[in-house]
Amino acid sequence: MNQSSLSGMWRAMVSRDLTLAMRRRADVLTTLFFFIIVVSLFPLGVSPEMELLRSIAPGVIWVAALLASMLSLGRLFSDDFQDGTLEQMLLLPQPLSVLVLAKVFAHWLVSGLPLVLLSPLLGMQLGLDSDGIVLMMVTLLLGTPVLSLIGAVGAALTLGVRGGGVLVSLLVLPLYIPVLIFGTGAVDAATSGMDYEGHLSLLGAFLVLSVVLTPLGTAAALRISVE
Amino acid sequence: MLQVRELECVRGDHRLFTGLNFQLRGGELLRLRGSNGSGKTSLLRTVCGLLEPTEGEVLWNGENIRRQRDEFNSALLYLGHHNGIKSELTAFENLRLGSALSGGGVSDEQIYDALEKIGLGGREDLPTQVLSQGQKRRVALSRLLLSEAPLWVLDEPFTALDVGAVDRLARLVEAHLKKGNMVMFTTHQEVDLRAGTLREVSLDS
Repeated sequence: MNQSSLSGMWRAMVSRDLTLAMRRRADVLTTLFFFIIVVSLFPLGVSPEMELLRSIAPGVIWVAALLASMLSLGRLFSDDFQDGTLEQMLLLPQPLSVLVLAKVFAHWLVSGLPLVLLSPLLGMQLGLDSDGIVLMMVTLLLGTPVLSLIGAVGAALTLGVRGGGVLVSLLVLPLYIPVLIFGTGAVDAATSGMDYEGHLSLLGAFLVLSVVLTPLGTAAALRISVE
Repeated sequence: MLQVRELECVRGDHRLFTGLNFQLRGGELLRLRGSNGSGKTSLLRTVCGLLEPTEGEVLWNGENIRRQRDEFNSALLYLGHHNGIKSELTAFENLRLGSALSGGGVSDEQIYDALEKIGLGGREDLPTQVLSQGQKRRVALSRLLLSEAPLWVLDEPFTALDVGAVDRLARLVEAHLKKGNMVMFTTHQEVDLRAGTLREVSLDS
């Protein structure tokens, strides 16, 4: 196996999934609107008081991002599973884990990256200052890929299971907790003038670790699910 | 050469087949016979490596396929019950992406040519969801025209096809066998295939 066929495969996989997402725009937009609406409900439900909103902002945005990325997980493999293209992917002469990584990357581009880009708007709505907003974006940029990567393992495991959507949240949400803690922790630390680099380093470590490990787990889970 | 040794398959707590032995050499055509539920699809999927056999092994050129997955996969073309095409993409896009994923080397002209030959000329740029069942099957079958894989494993390739397409597919299989390649397939239809050595394996006990 040479380098060029592997990168060609990567490009083909990413462009295939992006094209599919563009043809089914409603799915992508649902996730985004969900994210916006959940965050916007808090000022209405809790209190419009700026001081309070500012203190809960990182947590609210992060939890909404977790739920939104959860919502989009169902589509990651299930369509391919149903129309038989997943079967064909397992039979490609390429390492399945690399293929999985390409798929997760494409999934993050349409479901994770838009959340990162939207977060400043929502941050402003909840009264975060500019430092807080920038840090919010950085933590989401480091954290949302981890959510997609970990979520992929859960999505692969629950493939073809009835009620898989609920099951995947039970499986995956507990694993999201460390990302949530350090993501919100960094923003909290920054807004209260403390050092936040430790939090960011840990988020980066999570990202590196999950890029290396989760594709292997997802690939193994897919092989079992397709049996 | 494909070899199957002492293969056993258990689905749920039902044993589909056990102690199955056969081999397939270049130029040979293997037709799998058996009633519904006798395990034809399971056997084909086991041969492809999608299903883990409970006992026994599948060998490709003398080595277990699990130990040389990439190599075996590049020699294999599997067409299952599902067409394996995306309904949002056009026939052309499906084939182009399919060939790019399996390592490329197929030009756009070759893809248009294959679609023309399989009888989808003029419908290359329609999303496959608006095509009929038989036309979707034809899109899946055009992969046969673009592939260099020596081993074809076809699960009910003739379903949903009209008489003309059945005939065209039969000629395609014959041409593949004449080149010294292998085909393994199941069908309930009577199809006239003249080339190659026909072997039959029956799963009915």
